[in-house]
This record gives sequence, structure tokens and C-alpha cells, in this order.
Amino acid sequence: MDLLAIIRIAMRALARNKMRSVLTMLGIIIGVGAVIAMLGVGQGAQQTMQKQIQAMGSNLLFVGAGTVTRSGMHMGWGSTKSLIYDDMLAILRECPAAHAAAPGSSSSGQVVFGNDNWATRLNGTEPQYFDIRSWPFLEGSPFTQNDVEMSANVAAIGETVRKNLFGATDPVGQTIRINNLPFRVTGVLVPKGTSAAMGDDQDDIILVPLTTLQKKVTGQPWLRWIMVSAVSRRGSYAAQQQITSLLRDRHRIREGDDPDFFVRNLADMADVADEAGRVMTLLLASIASVSLIVGGIGIMNIMLVSVTERTREIGLRMAIGATEGNVQQQFLIEAVVLSLMGGITGIVFGLGASYLITQTLGWPVMISPLVIVIAVVFSMAVGVFFGFYPARKAAQMDPIEALRYE
Amino acid sequence: MATTSQPDASLPRTKDRDTVILAEEIHKYYELGETRVHALRGATVKIAHGEFVTVMGASGSGKSTFMNILGCLDKPSSGRYLLEGVEVSSLSKKELAAIRNRKIGFVFQGFNLLSRTTALENVELPTLYAHISKAEGEKRSREALALVGLGDRIAHFPSQLSGGQQQRVAIARALVNRPSILLADEPTGNLDSRTSVEIMDIFQKLNDEGLTIVLVTHEPDIAQFAKRSIHFRDGKIRRDDRNQNRPLASEVIKNLPKLED
Repeated sequence: MDLLAIIRIAMRALARNKMRSVLTMLGIIIGVGAVIAMLGVGQGAQQTMQKQIQAMGSNLLFVGAGTVTRSGMHMGWGSTKSLIYDDMLAILRECPAAHAAAPGSSSSGQVVFGNDNWATRLNGTEPQYFDIRSWPFLEGSPFTQNDVEMSANVAAIGETVRKNLFGATDPVGQTIRINNLPFRVTGVLVPKGTSAAMGDDQDDIILVPLTTLQKKVTGQPWLRWIMVSAVSRRGSYAAQQQITSLLRDRHRIREGDDPDFFVRNLADMADVADEAGRVMTLLLASIASVSLIVGGIGIMNIMLVSVTERTREIGLRMAIGATEGNVQQQFLIEAVVLSLMGGITGIVFGLGASYLITQTLGWPVMISPLVIVIAVVFSMAVGVFFGFYPARKAAQMDPIEALRYE
Repeated sequence: MATTSQPDASLPRTKDRDTVILAEEIHKYYELGETRVHALRGATVKIAHGEFVTVMGASGSGKSTFMNILGCLDKPSSGRYLLEGVEVSSLSKKELAAIRNRKIGFVFQGFNLLSRTTALENVELPTLYAHISKAEGEKRSREALALVGLGDRIAHFPSQLSGGQQQRVAIARALVNRPSILLADEPTGNLDSRTSVEIMDIFQKLNDEGLTIVLVTHEPDIAQFAKRSIHFRDGKIRRDDRNQNRPLASEVIKNLPKLED
């Protein structure tokens, strides 16, 4: 008996109870649909994170002033005064894998414009920072190296700050007050959105010349961080090593002692984010696959009912020459056809749900062809797994008893 | 399906090529909980090619058990059963299925047609389990339906056919794989007397063409159309007679009043 004929028989048997077949399939439809949509959301989020990290620059290194322990007490990030401007110059001079660097210091500030005010992060840096982070301006321009040398009161603001202070007003050229000092706004940065890796709003920021921040706001001549770009993504690992050994040397950290700085490699962070995304995707998919199992149990249930209902048919088939194998095959294929049809419909529903998620919630959804192939294979496997027992039961019937069944 | 149509050379064969069924000292026991039911107590029968035999007996006489064994649906507890010289009791389940498919045609009291399946497809069913092509199976099915006088009803569903027509579809199904023997279990039990005689007419004609038929019935009116009657009682064959003055069903029909419907 060829497979096509058995499939035709199965289709006819299922068509005999259309409503029942559709309801049974619904379990698989929902299961597969949920798996597809959840995997889509998970993979979409993963891809977004990757894109954001890529946008930050995967060849980026972040050198931060470390924690110090004084009398056994851990102070916070940047509590050391050891990271200085000369460290940055040394990195540029002595680390061949480092391509460019921008120094930075951080503070926070209360910003006022007109009647509005806003508390935000205040970072001092130099103009090359914008290039290293590949962060262009929406309006206006960055402050200049000249502004840095003059410790000018100029500021570049992020989108969040603009929104909260200016509303519809064009901010470029306006004067804002930061911690009661007047600053002229030179430009507005292109919004970067919430960082997927760190979870903070990257646009809630004001950037001013490093010297201005050090002299007029914090009064601290040391650096909080140095942003370094490596020559390439691969080079970032070399740069990390070179910077670490250079700074250990410069800061006279003895062998075995903890350094008073840290070097973070964004390529590493990309890996971490990748891993986090994978875990999330897996979690979503496994929750969704519970419904697939429930759907499978539904198939088993209906197949058991079907086997009982068709006892006489089974008896007849055996009497006219069907082997146990023939009968088992027939019911198994019926279960697989049921689950496969559900699976294919479920894929359509999953794609539809993903589209709705993108449209209504604005979440990025990504569905790879592999996921669809897996969904098809998986729904078939559900059919085989949950159809096996009912099919076995049918095959092991005694034809004499089955023919006598009322 | 393994090919079992060719009997193994090592199996015992009857010398008489004309013998289709040779049952010797068949015993059958069933274990029903604590008690042991002795359904057959040494039944011996020999049925030659071209015979038309009725098996009669009260319920519990062992005739159904005997028919199940003849039909290779069941195996004897002891004794020998040779179907066309092949010792059946030594065959596997799979081989028995193949024997049922090729050598035996079943006709049941309740027709056992698949609903929502056309007459043609019902008749094709046994060909699906035989190794013959779809086209050949369909050709044979059409021929079989024509043989029972339903050549113009092939696309009808069982629900659109009368009881007699349904039973004729079932007979066509039994014939489609050209079996050596037709086993009918109370084939007229659900039919009125005129239709019953019509069915017997078909059986007589098939028998005239050389088909061996074994038929279970408890109606003497039906049994009289056969050539031979075997009577079962208490698991044993009590009588085995040649029927004298066998009526022709085609003649009997002429004398029956037409039913108004």
C-alpha cells in the first residue's frame, strides 16, 4: 500500500469528523503558532541587541577608573584618582591596536531652560568621542577642540534632554543653565534609544568639554573613563591586553594585585548579550512548547476515540488482509496528518501573530526559515509520538472481537 | 507483506489436488477466567474444490469458532488445518493476513461496508493490501461489481443502496482478489426472504463457475440451496449430508411474490 493512498484514507477519515478534527488541530495550531511567535520575538530582540552593540562599535573598549579598597572598604566606580589624561596619551602612543581614544569624566547635573528643568547625566569629553562612538548629530554640531582648550561653556544634548527641556523650540544656540552655569547648546545628538545591553536611556545625557567639566563643575582633574577604539573588531582583544599591561605598568600595580582600573571590551559584551538573548529565546520557546504538548495530548485523546469508534472497520480490514503493520501505519499517519496540518496552519498563525506584535507593540520580530522547518518537523514528531499508542492499540486488536464489536 | 502465496516446499501437502480445505481433529479451547471452554472437540472435514457447503448448528455449537479457524482469523488449539495444502497453524500473523487477503473472501451478516466510501472503493479495499497496481485493482473491482449485477452503481455510497445491494457489494469485495474459497457468515441474516434468495442465486452462479463456498446459516430454507450440509453440535460434526433435490434459486425467485416498495 503506497503512502499516498494511506494519506488519502487518513484525510478522508479526518474529513468525516470535520469539527472534531479542527478542534483537535487547534491545540497544535496554538502550540506551533506560539512557538513561532515567541521564537520570533526572542530572536528579534537578540538581533536588536546585536545591532545596538554593533552601532556602539564592536571594536570599542571602555577603560574605567576602578574601585579602590581603603581600610577594607570598597569605594564606588571611579573612586580612584589614578586614571589621568596622560594615560590616554600613553595608550595612543604605545598601544598599536588602539586607533583612537577619548577621555571622559562624569557627573550629574540639574539643567534648566526657561521654566523647565531636568536632572541628567553630565559627561565631559573631547570632540573625537562622537566619532569613536559613531554618534552623529541630529541638529547643530559637536563642540570643538578649541572649546576644550578654552574650557568653553558649550554643550551637546541628547534627545531625551531636548524633549524634556525644549519641546518644540529649536535648541541649537539656546542657553541652558547647568548647575547654575550658563551653557550654549551646540547640537542635538541622534537618538540611540534604550541600550539593550545596559538597559539605560542613552539619550538622557549632556556632553560638555572635558576641561569645562573638570574645572567648573567637579573640580577634579582626573578621569573617570577613557573610550578607546581598536583598529578592528579582532584588534579589540589585542588592544585590551595592551592597555591592561600598559596601565598596570603606569599605575605600578604589582604582580597579583588587583588593578585600580578595568578594561571592558564591547566584543565581550556582544557575546554576553548574545548569550542572554539565547537564554531568553529558549525560555520563551519552552513555555510555548508546553501548549504544543497539550495539543499532542489532544491528538492522542481523539485518536483513541477514533480507534474505538472504528473497531469494526479495523476488524474488517484485518479480515480482508491488513497486517498489524498496515493498521498501525494507517492510524499513525492519520495522527501525523492531523498534527502536520495543525502545524502548517500554526506557522501561518505564528507569522500573523508576529506581524501583529511588530505592528502594535513595535517589537522587532525575526523569523528564520530554520524555525519554520523546525516547527514542521516538531509537529510531525508530536503526531508520531502521541499517535503511536492509539495506533498500537488498533493494530493489536483481535479481528474476531473487532468484527463482533457493536 | 511477505509473499506467502507460494507454499513452502517443506510444508506437508495433500496428495489430492482437488481438496481446498482439510481439517483434521480440530480442537479449540478458550480460557475464560477459571473455566475452560471447549468450543471444538475434534472436528474433521474435507471440502473439495467447487463444493458449496452450509454449516449449520445452534449458537454455541462451535460453528462460529470453526468458521474463524477456516477463515484464518483464529488458530486451532490442536489438530491440523490445511488450506490448499498449506498447513496454516504454523504461519505467523503476517502470513495469515496475506492468506486471508489472497485465498479467502469474507461475507458477513452485517455487510461491514465502510460508510461514506463508494461501492467501488469498498470493493477495492482488499486490493490495497495485495501487491497489485492501483489500475489493476480498479479494473478487477469494476469486474467484480458487474459480476454481482451492480455495474451501474459503482459510485453509490452504502447509504444509497438497499440491503441486498449492500450485501452484493460485500460479495464483490470478497471476490476481488480471486480467492480460492468464499466464507459467508449468515449472509442473509439481515435480509428479507426474497432478497435472501437473490443472494443465494448469486452464490449458486458463482459456485457453478467453480468457486468453493462455505456458508454459515441457521435457516434450512437457505441451506437447501447448497450442495452439502454440515451440522455442528457440542463442538463436533454430527451430520454431513449431500443435499438431494437442490432447488435453483433463480427458479424459486420466479415463484416468490414481488415485494411492493
